[in-house]
Amino acid sequence: MSGFSFQIDGVEVTAKNGQTIMEAADEAGIYIPRLCDHEGLRHQGGCRVCTVKAGGRSVAACTQPAAPDLVVENETPHINKLRRDLVGMLFNEGNHLCPICEASGNCELQAMAYRLGMTEPTKFPYLEPCRPVDASHPDIALDNNRCISCGRCVRASQDVDGKGVFGYVGRGIHRHIAANGPNLRHTDAEVTDFAISAEVCPVGCIIRKREGFARPIGERDYDDHLIGYDIEKKRDE
Amino acid sequence: MNDLPKARIATASLAGCFGCHMALLDIDERLIELMKLVEFDRSPLTDIKRFTRRCDIGIIEGGCCNEENVHVLQDFRRNCDILVGIGQCAIMGGLPAMRNAIMHSDEPLRECLEEAYIRGPFTQNKTQIIPNDPALPLLLDKVYPCSEVVEIDYQIPGCAPTGDVIFEALAGLLSGRFQGFERAHIRFD
Repeated sequence: MSGFSFQIDGVEVTAKNGQTIMEAADEAGIYIPRLCDHEGLRHQGGCRVCTVKAGGRSVAACTQPAAPDLVVENETPHINKLRRDLVGMLFNEGNHLCPICEASGNCELQAMAYRLGMTEPTKFPYLEPCRPVDASHPDIALDNNRCISCGRCVRASQDVDGKGVFGYVGRGIHRHIAANGPNLRHTDAEVTDFAISAEVCPVGCIIRKREGFARPIGERDYDDHLIGYDIEKKRDE
Repeated sequence: MNDLPKARIATASLAGCFGCHMALLDIDERLIELMKLVEFDRSPLTDIKRFTRRCDIGIIEGGCCNEENVHVLQDFRRNCDILVGIGQCAIMGGLPAMRNAIMHSDEPLRECLEEAYIRGPFTQNKTQIIPNDPALPLLLDKVYPCSEVVEIDYQIPGCAPTGDVIFEALAGLLSGRFQGFERAHIRFD
C-alpha cells in the first residue's frame, strides 16, 4: 500500500492511503483527544473533541482523511480551549457527579477533563436533566443521566454484536440513546456483549451490576496516567 | 521573616461535609510552613463567626442549599480579595445536588423532604411534619454551585482534594504565582 507524509504540530507523520488523520496519528504515537471514537468501531465524528486544524480548517480528525503535505495543528492553546469548552458543556448537559459515580477513575469524560485541565469555574448553568434509570435487566443497568450520546454502544451493538440493542431517537436537544424495546430486559442484550463491556461506554451510563467498586478508587485506569498515555508512549519506544 | 504581614485566610463550610476542611490537615507538616505565612480570620477552625477585617483569601467548601449559605457566600465575596471554591460541592453542587434531579418527580425538593421526614422506611417522625421552624434557614429550590451565586476566582477540584493539591494552590496564591494545577494532580473524586 502506498503511503505519504504530512505534519502534525510540526512532526512529520507517515500515513497509508485512506487513513484518517487520527489513525495515522495513533500509529505515530501522537494522541488526539476523542470521546466518540473507539478502536474497533466505525468512525462517527460526533463529539468533535478530536477537532484539529487541517490546512487552517477545523475538521474532526477521526473522519477526515489524511492528505499529502497536510499541515495539522493538534495541541495548540486555542484548540485545547475549544476542546475544554466542549467537554465542559458535556458536564453541564448531564448529571456528572464524579464523587458518587462508580465509573469515576475509569471515565473517559472525566479523564478528558483532567487532561484538558478543566478547573475553571463554569460559565454555564447545569441543566440537571431528570432522565429515567433502566435497571430492569438482571445483569445490566442504564443510568441515562450520565449518557453523553457518543453512540459507541450503538455502533458496538450493531456492528460487532450484530444485535442493534441501542439506537438514537429524537431530534436536536431531545436526541438521546434508547434501548430497542420498552426497557433493556425486553431486548436481547447480554452482559457478555461487546456493547456492554467496560471499554465501550466512556462514562458511567452502562453499568454491569455487581461489579461496582471491585477495583477501588485510586487504582483505576486514569488514576496513574493521563488519557492517551498508551498512545503517547508508542512515540518514546 | 516575622516582620512581614501575614496573609489572612477565612474559610467556611456551606452545604458540604467538612471533608475539605479535614483535607486541609492532609497538608501534614507543611502546615508549619504555611502557618508562618498566614493567619486565620473567620473560620470554623478559629470559631470566629464574623470577619474581623478584610481577608486576602476566602476558602469556600460546599454549595448553596439554603438562604444562610447564600448570605455567608456573599459576605465572603464582599470581604475577601480572592475567593476560592474547594471541592466538588462548591464547584458543581456535589452530593447535595443529587436532590436537584429526582427521577419521576416534578417537585424534587418536596420529594426529598417527604422521603426524609414522612415516607422513608426508616423514618421515626411521630408528628409527620416536615420541620418548618422560622429559625431554620429557608431551603432553596435546588442546590447551587458557588459560581452561580457569586464570582469565584479559583477552584480546587476533588472530593476531597488531596493535601498536595491544596498546598499547591495555596502556596501559588500566596506567592502570587498560581497558574493552575499540574494536569496529573487534577481529580474530581
